[in-house]
Amino acid sequence: MSDRQQVLDRIRQALGSRPDGEANPVHPVSRTYAHQHGDRTPAETTALLVQTLEEYKATVHRTIPARAAELVARLVAERESAYVIVPPGLPDDLLKLVGCSIERESADLTARRLDTFGSVITGCALAIAETGTIVLDAEPDQGSRKLTLVPDHHICIVYEQQIVGSVPQAVARLSPTRPMTWISGPSASSDIELNRVEGVHGPRHLDVLVVATT
Amino acid sequence: MSGTYLGMPAFPEAARQALGDDTLRANLRHATHTIRDKRARAVAELDDWAELREAGKQIKDHTLQHLDIYLLQLEEAVTAAGGTVHWAADAAQANRIVTDLVKATGETEVVKVKSMATQEIELNEHLAAEGITAYETDLAELIVQLGDDRPSHILVPAIHRNRSEIRDIFRDRMGIWGRPAPEGLTDEPAELAEAARLHLREKFLRAKVGISGANFMVAETGTLVVVESEGNGRMCLTLPDTLISVVGIEKVVPTWRDLEVFLQTLPRSSTAERMNPYTSMWTGTADGDGPQNFHLVLLDNGRTDTLADEVGRQALRCIRCSACLNVCPVYERAGGHAYGSVYPGPIGAILTPQLRGTTSEVDASLPYASSLCGACYEVCPVAIDIPEVLVHLRERVVDQGGHQLERAAMSAAAWAFDHPAVLAAGQRMASRTRRLHPSRLPGPGRAWSDSRDLPPVPDMPFRDWWQRQQGEKGDAQ
Repeated sequence: MSDRQQVLDRIRQALGSRPDGEANPVHPVSRTYAHQHGDRTPAETTALLVQTLEEYKATVHRTIPARAAELVARLVAERESAYVIVPPGLPDDLLKLVGCSIERESADLTARRLDTFGSVITGCALAIAETGTIVLDAEPDQGSRKLTLVPDHHICIVYEQQIVGSVPQAVARLSPTRPMTWISGPSASSDIELNRVEGVHGPRHLDVLVVATT
Repeated sequence: MSGTYLGMPAFPEAARQALGDDTLRANLRHATHTIRDKRARAVAELDDWAELREAGKQIKDHTLQHLDIYLLQLEEAVTAAGGTVHWAADAAQANRIVTDLVKATGETEVVKVKSMATQEIELNEHLAAEGITAYETDLAELIVQLGDDRPSHILVPAIHRNRSEIRDIFRDRMGIWGRPAPEGLTDEPAELAEAARLHLREKFLRAKVGISGANFMVAETGTLVVVESEGNGRMCLTLPDTLISVVGIEKVVPTWRDLEVFLQTLPRSSTAERMNPYTSMWTGTADGDGPQNFHLVLLDNGRTDTLADEVGRQALRCIRCSACLNVCPVYERAGGHAYGSVYPGPIGAILTPQLRGTTSEVDASLPYASSLCGACYEVCPVAIDIPEVLVHLRERVVDQGGHQLERAAMSAAAWAFDHPAVLAAGQRMASRTRRLHPSRLPGPGRAWSDSRDLPPVPDMPFRDWWQRQQGEKGDAQ
């Protein structure tokens, strides 16, 4: 007997007989938990995101669309990155003032080559205020999952209308079939005496631009 | 990792040895108390914690009740998304499948994300025997692997090590496995993390095969979820060409929406964070993003035996947060190694004897490795009633024979209760010899009376007292 059949048989034996009509089980879960925690205006939601991001050691910059390019250029310069990598669909407008070499992600970009870039600049799918989380879902303005992993400095652009309040609101908006990375602060570890230390394998510097809706 | 638990002493003996280690006790006390208070604060932030906990319990219970259906749905979804699904009835089969998959790539080294399932089946040892080197990349797993040690905690396998011990391990052992630790390494946690970053980066960049577990698998979409902190998980899940995920069959949840519960309860329960730094989600393979070959190995290895026990099956709800370890007074003092399994602490005490059976001495002793204080049940984010299962498993151990002495004592008592005259004579004898009773039991009972007072024997058995009372009443009338 195959292992597959053996495991399935054991499960059915363990559960005993099931009433008919349960081949397509309804999924009766009492979802009495909150859809979001507390009532907030959009401005309060943005303020909460800034707070939660900062509490987990991301650096947050609030700006307006007309000033975003200037800010991006300054952050790259401050990090002294000589090479910057960006996803194929990130708008040129945001990059026009960057003073160093910029490359767009191509299909043949290897991890080893990616390791030579100082900064990566991306957009995001959405951000979650209550938890300080940015979600990337590999759309053209975000690139593949490895793009935001190997360089040591990640600049992420969040437009105010992309901010949701809570985890349930985020889950409802996202499409699970896309490869996804949920990011909450720079890489960290709790493995030494159960104390959080920032800076292990992922980017050690996370700059988040929160761009106001005009 | 020297992962063999063969010949482990029973819990009481292993715990006694651990209690003699002052450094270990200090390390554990410091770490568990730090996280305990932080977890309480993270949980208190959500005023619907009780509802989230109840929903998590219900989702898991419903899934377990229909496990075959959801696994088949998952298999179909993963396959449709470009992945390959394998089934393993036991550890040997899972190891065989993984070894064959790695050999088919022609590679002799793999990078690993921390995974309880692969520890449970001792995958690293099997791969080593086949000439394949598995590099652990989680910081705590790295400490354990470099130190040729055993994991002692679900979340932080090196919790028994303090920062200066970690510094010594890095300094002495990193060079043997690859890039040596930087000169003059101190025991500052940030410096230790930096040393791990440098040591592992080269391995990540050249890796062709990654091996992981998963925290959740979504049946309706075929999506796998790995929750982590450091980014080593992302490295292993996205850079290699081939990804092999070994996942226990109980990790499936029915719908995408179900994750909204666990992505709130898991980070707060485990590391006391609102959200862990990185969560990766992938569905089969994606063009131009991540591994182009994806294999999912569904592992039984005793889980269906656990499912067959109506009381014990709630252990399969576990999402491996380790909150129960951090609050347990027994774990805090005895440490993780005493449990003789990759699953230590309260959850280990109910999971291990169900996965492995209660035939070995250490496994039969695990249901007794608890004072039944109930703190573990209080903090469990999926409401596993660990004390209930512990008591249930004690019954099982007793039914299969129990302790020899206890058996002898019980049959003697049964005989005495069957013979009233013998019982009465015994009781009178006990009362008359009161002054000669020792304050501690002799022989094997000694350990029990080390920390307990013996119940005093009354100066007259109850039956005699009753008879006398009745007699006096009769006289008065």
